[in-house]
Amino acid sequence: MEQNSLFDIISPIMVGPSSSHTAGAVRLGLLARNIYGATPKKITFKLYNSYAKTGRGHGTDKGLLAGVLDLQVDDIRIKNVFNLPEAHEIEHNFEFLEDFNRHPNAVDFIFDGAHKMTISGNSLGAGSVQITNINHFSINLSGEYNTLILIYKDKPGILSKVSGLIQNEGINIAALTVERSARGEEASMCMGLDSALNYSLIEKIKKIDDIYLIRHVGKLES
Amino acid sequence: MRKYVTTFAELLAICGQKRQKIYEFAQEKETLLLDISIDEVRKKVKKSLDAMKDAIKAGLQSKEKSISRQCGDDCEKLQKKFEIGHALFGRLFEKITTYALATIEENLRMGKIVACPTAGSCAIVPSVLIAISEELSLSETEQINALITAGEIGSIIQNKVALAGAVGGCQAECGVASAMSAGALVQILGGSEKQIVNAVALALKNVLGLTCDPVAGLVEIPCVKRNAFLAIHSVTAAELALAGVESKIPADEVVDALSQTSQLMSPLLKESSQAGLAKTKTALKIEQKITNKNKQ
Repeated sequence: MEQNSLFDIISPIMVGPSSSHTAGAVRLGLLARNIYGATPKKITFKLYNSYAKTGRGHGTDKGLLAGVLDLQVDDIRIKNVFNLPEAHEIEHNFEFLEDFNRHPNAVDFIFDGAHKMTISGNSLGAGSVQITNINHFSINLSGEYNTLILIYKDKPGILSKVSGLIQNEGINIAALTVERSARGEEASMCMGLDSALNYSLIEKIKKIDDIYLIRHVGKLES
Repeated sequence: MRKYVTTFAELLAICGQKRQKIYEFAQEKETLLLDISIDEVRKKVKKSLDAMKDAIKAGLQSKEKSISRQCGDDCEKLQKKFEIGHALFGRLFEKITTYALATIEENLRMGKIVACPTAGSCAIVPSVLIAISEELSLSETEQINALITAGEIGSIIQNKVALAGAVGGCQAECGVASAMSAGALVQILGGSEKQIVNAVALALKNVLGLTCDPVAGLVEIPCVKRNAFLAIHSVTAAELALAGVESKIPADEVVDALSQTSQLMSPLLKESSQAGLAKTKTALKIEQKITNKNKQ
């Protein structure tokens, strides 16, 4: 059993009105931004189910865009995010959809710019979030830890090479999820770390063969 | 391996053994959990406390409506009423209710608040804690002690119940907030650890079954007013506990009952806006109005 922290209860300090529909939206936006790894030219947000139905009234649309623009959950500019100069530099659209195969608070971020990428996530309640997909690869990213995300060819040895490099730096692995589409096809890995990776280590990991995508996503501020 | 304290019985036992107050135990636990000093834990708590005070201040000065335009000016009405004639229950009652409305209205107009434990229940603990702190001129140290006590109470309850309306109904949000507030109030007024836990049991027992049926799915109707009601509810629990009135059902068993009630509560009544207040004739009219406005 994981021990609860006081600060799960008496925080976050956030812009209202809803931890799942406002703060959760900002956090999903922040994670998506960090995974995309660049400023997009264009972004389409697809909001599903409860996010679609009550999103406007809860400022979910504002929250999602604010996160993509790197505003934190307690930034009072979220309320007027559509008027920020940064917001005018990115072409943004919202679609409000219903799909009962999706989580009640699901969202897709469809990025376009230097490269294209679709990132999907869910807001789980009380401000907890989960990024579930990058371009249809399943991942499991909560933002609770500094996380190394890898998408790579499923073959023996990659995991041990990566974890070996990380152990050499004395960094502790706190959480690990691995998934693959099929044997020998693409696999994805999310490695939660107790401290952030430095640039040179990330460069070393990049050099391992058959790694298609690598991202280091910083822990979300609590 | 260190054994975790997950129930109120264990909490009372360990506080008794170590001769500690609940807040002392909780801040010590937090130093291990986050690997920071007690001083740093208390600084983080102070940050939340200060943000709560800022939210009250901002809320008292605004009557800006929410995005849906359904709520936002009730705090102003209450303040005006108390300017003309004092509340039946006196100044503290006036402060608690106006501070509660100030905070929750600040939340719905996208102002900055502290989720405590959630955004929809963000006004209960601060309104009681800050109103009484002002009335009794409490030191910041005492205020932080009380807020840590509130946090530890929520944290124990969270072991068995998810603090989210979609999972547990409003009993798990505003209900739990009122239990946290009741315990914090007993701490402030010098009650024993046993009385703090008793206040939790009394507050929680009297919110069992409270559903989450918000109109148009928004954190507005009935959430705004409910925060003021449950703030006052927590004062009743604290007064009874301080008088030595005991909950015949111990706090842990009340939490078990809360958990069971959560599971038995229809999903229609858990933040899905498919029943209860959300499906009344007037609620449907309001919902239609908001939908039309969104289309514009």
